Amino acid sequence: MTWAWDNRSIVIDLFLVHAWLSIVPIVVGFVLAVPVGWYASRHPRLRGVLLSGGSILYTIPSLPLFVLLPGIIGTGFLDPLNVIIALSIYAFAIMVRTAADAFTAVSPAVLDAATATGYSSAQRGFLVELPLAGPVLLAGVRVVSVSTISLVTVGALIGVRNLGSLFTSGYRRDFTTEILVGVVAVVLLALLLDALLVLLGRVLMPWSVDGPGAVGRLWQRLSGRGTERASDVAAAGGRS
Amino acid sequence: MSVSTRRRAAVAGAALAAVVLAACGGDPTASDGDTITVGSAGFNENEIIAEIYAQALEAEGYTVQRQMQIGAREAYIPALENGEIDLIPEYSGNLLLFFDGESTATTADEVDEALDDALPEGLEVLEESPAENKDSYNVTRELSESEDITAIRDLAKLGTVRVGGNPEFETRSYGVPGLQDVYGVEDVEFVSISDSGGPATVNALLDGDVDVANIYSTTPSIVANDLVTLEDPENLIAAQNVVPLINEEKATDELEDILDRISAELTTEDLLALNERVDGDEKAAPATAAQEWLEEKGLI
Amino acid sequence: MSVVTDTVDWLLDADRWSGGGGVPTRVLEHLGYTGLTMLGAAAVAVPLGLYIGHTGRLRSAAIGLTGALRALPTLGVLTWFTLLLGLGLAAPILALVLLAVPPLLAGIYSGVESVDPQTVDAARAQGMTEWQILRRVEVPIGLPLMIGGLRSATLQVVATATVAAYVSLGGLGRYIFDGQARRDYPEMAAGAVLVVALALVLDGLFALAQAGAQRAARPSEHRSTAPSSTSSSPTT
Repeated sequence: MTWAWDNRSIVIDLFLVHAWLSIVPIVVGFVLAVPVGWYASRHPRLRGVLLSGGSILYTIPSLPLFVLLPGIIGTGFLDPLNVIIALSIYAFAIMVRTAADAFTAVSPAVLDAATATGYSSAQRGFLVELPLAGPVLLAGVRVVSVSTISLVTVGALIGVRNLGSLFTSGYRRDFTTEILVGVVAVVLLALLLDALLVLLGRVLMPWSVDGPGAVGRLWQRLSGRGTERASDVAAAGGRS
Repeated sequence: MSVSTRRRAAVAGAALAAVVLAACGGDPTASDGDTITVGSAGFNENEIIAEIYAQALEAEGYTVQRQMQIGAREAYIPALENGEIDLIPEYSGNLLLFFDGESTATTADEVDEALDDALPEGLEVLEESPAENKDSYNVTRELSESEDITAIRDLAKLGTVRVGGNPEFETRSYGVPGLQDVYGVEDVEFVSISDSGGPATVNALLDGDVDVANIYSTTPSIVANDLVTLEDPENLIAAQNVVPLINEEKATDELEDILDRISAELTTEDLLALNERVDGDEKAAPATAAQEWLEEKGLI
Repeated sequence: MSVVTDTVDWLLDADRWSGGGGVPTRVLEHLGYTGLTMLGAAAVAVPLGLYIGHTGRLRSAAIGLTGALRALPTLGVLTWFTLLLGLGLAAPILALVLLAVPPLLAGIYSGVESVDPQTVDAARAQGMTEWQILRRVEVPIGLPLMIGGLRSATLQVVATATVAAYVSLGGLGRYIFDGQARRDYPEMAAGAVLVVALALVLDGLFALAQAGAQRAARPSEHRSTAPSSTSSSPTT
């Protein structure tokens, strides 16, 4: 571990770059997915298209996407923007599903009540639906955050510097310490960002006391609870 | 409540806008005479030399951006042509073959001469260094002695030959095609190992997963593992002197001067020693090894 | 968009469809890695998942552990294992198993948990042993969710098994890594297209299996909600 100490400035620098390359796609994916998910929750047919489209999108391996993007959108070959854009697409694909589910789960009775109270549709969206969908949206961002941070490492294979560079460099010079330092740093970053998201959720949504429940349930749903009704998840997330 | 929610949304929106703007800012292709982007190929020796260039330029007041470990020539030459990088350490023979696959130049002088004609508009090479690092075909001492293999041609004795190397070695003229066309080693099975002749390649050779492996000649593991580098009487692999490849627009007299001084000092032995520091037990960072070499030579 | 036409040409080139580096060989290799990985993951996740689902014990430990596993970057684990174990199948398969266990485990225990506790109590009242309850009640009824877990774990592994090529194995990742090293865009794109196509075919088969299991488990409710799946993260 003396290596980690001797090279701390490099590792810290890579950590910060990695955080940057992860946070931008997470934010972009979230900001795009929420309105689209909201719209889709009102249009069941579109919702179906988004859900199956999202599934296909996940199966595109990220490395070719990183490399082929310059030819499609005209960025430079070495531009970190390729990684950021590709990861934003994945983040959007995961998030839009969750957002559609979250908004679908908001009870129609609540919406009617809001309308009856005299809320405009924009007011209703921001003041009623968004807060009610909030806990599930938060759970979605936490899932996106973990997966994005892990995927950024693949960028190292195309010369985009990040903590994944420690993997390729360690592999090239038969140096497991360097790889381990990278793995630990990636996991630390994931935990740190997750804690920040939880904190953000507490500040923005003081009414929802978030435990591990919401995210655990969402992971479960993303990974097998396909037959469960979206509303169950949303209700669980909102309640816990 | 509603006001504070709205304010939060506004703050979040502004923060997001800032984030996105910042992400899109910082155009790496911005051209500025005193800013130079140094790139490196995807292996450590190249990064060390690139660091030597970068730090020497910084010492003279240049602003240097780094784009290390890009990958193979197929990846970084386009980046050089479109201005994403300005300068990269190259190896003369392979660089020539990249632009002129038909070239028959093999000696250092022939390669140097041919290279000037072969380079596309906008790119130029500066003075060559005496330091050389070439691809080389290596077998274990054991195989060399048991099958009496000392030259590349002898590989044909093995029947099917399993060749290990980076993916591009399968299509490069001095790789699999050269084995077949120049040395008549027809029956080749290529095993792609993406570590540029690093530990995985050496282990594959030692474990018998491949019969012969492409390893750069300045790699300390060749000596450390008592490997036999096969003779190449037909000069399948051309002279490979280290040479800075640069975007013409950036090649001012002052800059050429700095790089020429480095090239004059750099030797093959230096490359071996630098590689040993970075890839050997010490695991020094390329930047550290580069800095200490520059200080030792009195270049910064 | 010449990359598109070049990719189509690449895929239609008859020479690509035969021989050692041909598409059928690479697809079979890819399926082989995926199958081995799923076997390895099932060996861990199925007994553990059934235990957690049936007894309710270790549940929060499992959630915590799988959460940590999901944060592990596959590329890092893969290079680390490869340096420890050498080139060969062991390192990539182990790295992929770590990737496949969390979704599979979650699918298994949530399948068991989805069974109505009253149904389980009724079975117990009839004198069934715990083992019989698991085998005859919980597994058949929970099967659709379990297949759902298998489905998303498999899709994730298919997309990620491409990294095996980074440590010198075959599979469809070969086209992606070789294409990248040589800047052969059509080859890379063709590799990606083949991975997606393989994933879609497998996904379709799992969807059929899931629907079948659902009809068998709950004949009265069949087709109430369409089964779906999501792999939570692609890698490489």
